[in-house]
Amino acid sequence: MNKIWLIARREFLSRVQKKTFLLTTILLPLFIFACYGLIIYFTVKNSDTFKIGVVDNAKVFGGKIETKEEIQFLFLNNLSPEQLKEKVNQKELDGFVWVPQQFDMAKGDTITLVSGKTVGIIKREGIQKKINAALEEQRLLSSMHLSKAQLDSLQRGNEVKFSTLEGKEENDAKAGISFAVGYASGFLIYIILFIYGTMVMRGVMEEKMNRIAEVIISSVKPFQLMMGKITGIGAVGLVQFIIWIALTIFLRVILPAIIPGMGETTQAMQPGTAQAMEAAKSSGVMDSFLHGLGDINVGLILGCFIFYFLGGYLLYSALFAAVGSAVNEDPQDAQSLLLPITMPIIFGIVIMTKAVNEPTSGLAVFGSLFPLTSPIVMMARIPFGVPNTVPYWQLILSMLLLIGGFVLTTWFSAKVYRTGILMYGKKPSWKELWKWAFRQ
Amino acid sequence: MAAILELNHLKKYYSTQKAVDDISFSIEEGSIFGLLGPNGAGKTTLLRMITGIFYPDSGSINFDGKAFIPAEDIIKIGYMPEERGLYKKMKIGEQALYLAQLKGLSRQDALTKVRFWFKKLEMESWWNKKVEDLSKGMSQKLQFVTTVLHEPKLIILDEPFSGLDPVNANLIKDEIYGLAQRGCTIIFSTHRMEQVEEICNHIVLVSMGKKILDGTVAEVKQKFKENEFKIKLSSPPQAIANEAFQILHQESNRSYVVKINEGYSSNQVLQYFISQNTGIEYFSEILPTLNEIFIQLVDGTKSVSRAFQKLD
Repeated sequence: MNKIWLIARREFLSRVQKKTFLLTTILLPLFIFACYGLIIYFTVKNSDTFKIGVVDNAKVFGGKIETKEEIQFLFLNNLSPEQLKEKVNQKELDGFVWVPQQFDMAKGDTITLVSGKTVGIIKREGIQKKINAALEEQRLLSSMHLSKAQLDSLQRGNEVKFSTLEGKEENDAKAGISFAVGYASGFLIYIILFIYGTMVMRGVMEEKMNRIAEVIISSVKPFQLMMGKITGIGAVGLVQFIIWIALTIFLRVILPAIIPGMGETTQAMQPGTAQAMEAAKSSGVMDSFLHGLGDINVGLILGCFIFYFLGGYLLYSALFAAVGSAVNEDPQDAQSLLLPITMPIIFGIVIMTKAVNEPTSGLAVFGSLFPLTSPIVMMARIPFGVPNTVPYWQLILSMLLLIGGFVLTTWFSAKVYRTGILMYGKKPSWKELWKWAFRQ
Repeated sequence: MAAILELNHLKKYYSTQKAVDDISFSIEEGSIFGLLGPNGAGKTTLLRMITGIFYPDSGSINFDGKAFIPAEDIIKIGYMPEERGLYKKMKIGEQALYLAQLKGLSRQDALTKVRFWFKKLEMESWWNKKVEDLSKGMSQKLQFVTTVLHEPKLIILDEPFSGLDPVNANLIKDEIYGLAQRGCTIIFSTHRMEQVEEICNHIVLVSMGKKILDGTVAEVKQKFKENEFKIKLSSPPQAIANEAFQILHQESNRSYVVKINEGYSSNQVLQYFISQNTGIEYFSEILPTLNEIFIQLVDGTKSVSRAFQKLD
């Protein structure tokens, strides 16, 4: 035990003391956030307003088409198509709609938009919607002989609220937050399994290639060497994770203070994308996020996250270590042996994307119990509420199976590792690996 | 002196070869023991069993008077494998400390010992360097230090001089003698016979997984001598034919290499020359070198062809 600790300490310190560790730990998430920020910025900002001249000779629009920020309709009566073309050429307009006098809505005549450049698919859809909405309103007003006020009251939708049997009201923000948190945690576990699993594998390969494995194995048992490495790298992961949590909390406290208008800008940036946002329109996105966070059990999620992170990591890193011990210099060899390990992780992420939408479906329940996928899938389900969506028995069974799973993979890997770490030469076949594991 | 290590009928078979096939020998405490053999003879497998890395398929090992228990006895053994291994990115001082602690020393003890050895081998200035900055010979020295640092009773050195310049090789050689004098037993595995002849008291030669020679260097040489003598006379002899010997080779008109025929002794040869009234400048026996013995024995077993034999 003492030796495992010594080895783990070296693995941990040799990674954490590197200058690149702090740099990547802090810069990586900042970089990712910055990328997301830029993407959002450009998707929102890139659209220059598209000016459309409308000449409504048939009076079908009632003199008004609702204007969306990037699509502007300008009513320019008494202009001929030639004059409009001239305006497009002079870049005063981006395009025009010329409705002829004999245009008949009832016959379903087509309206043609003439533009200087090809119009992108999203803009096309927006334009089509606006024009059709204007036409529809006019049709209703004229054929039903309704007033504008009557029409508005007819079209107003009613809010639908969701509540559980216990009478707890579940607002949309909570469903949205559960979805987001579930998805994020599942995805994070998936990334962590890959990053740290590969780190373990590379470390084992390095030791084997440097031939230091033989020196160390003459002092400690191969199992101790393997467990020390796994524990040490796991601790690196945990520290990195804690730094990230601290960083997020720090940013959440600091950012609103620096940028007071942030709540409103984010709201403006995503006008009614998710229903969760709709519910929170009055208060701003940040507030609704906070409100939603209050509804879900953050402590439970964090606790479970750490458990599933450690469980999943221990389960997979042992397998990664076994692969690392079996291969030689050629990283290509590792690829083919890694396939059976990466497959269940990929399955996990596939089931996870289903589970965030249907957290109680059979597939989601299976995925969250099966130890090879449970770290990813269960983390996607837990934010939806623990006794409600995930019954206690499922959570406990899943945890027990995960513990059993990692005991099993560690046992198997230790056997393969013991033989593999001292074997040089060609890549072993699956049959040979099997023999290493099950022959004394 | 008592035997520190006894191997009794050790066997280790791999799926394609008998790596170690019924080998027994014992090593006396405080001796320098040479384990010789051609490539692929089973030396490394044998050493790995002695260091507790592999378990023998059958047979037993006694260490220090008791049955060998790897987990307990491993700290009394220092093993320097043929393929050197060190962490390239780790600082040298820390690396030596780490390896010493893995052998069971406390951090404080390890620190004292590392300092002592670094000073002794003039490596103090290396403390904060990394292994990747060292030359091959320098890392060899470091590897040697990490092997003997915890003052094990049994030190196993697999090709300890490869890559060392003569100065450093002598430095290490002196350390080996020093360790042996202080009661350490050294197993020295190599195929450089001149080093074995110089350093070892006792040798065992393995080939094809079997022991084919066991004894002290002097015994072995005696066993393989061919009764050849070199004789130099002060003046050319009148006659040089006698039933007691035959001339193998004439180096000048005054010096010869002779082989004494069976049933005769060297004294009879000497008498023959003395009776001729020629002065004898020298008369000495030519003993075979270990190298010759090695080649003679190993050639006979065709070691190369056995590498991929199939076992049934």
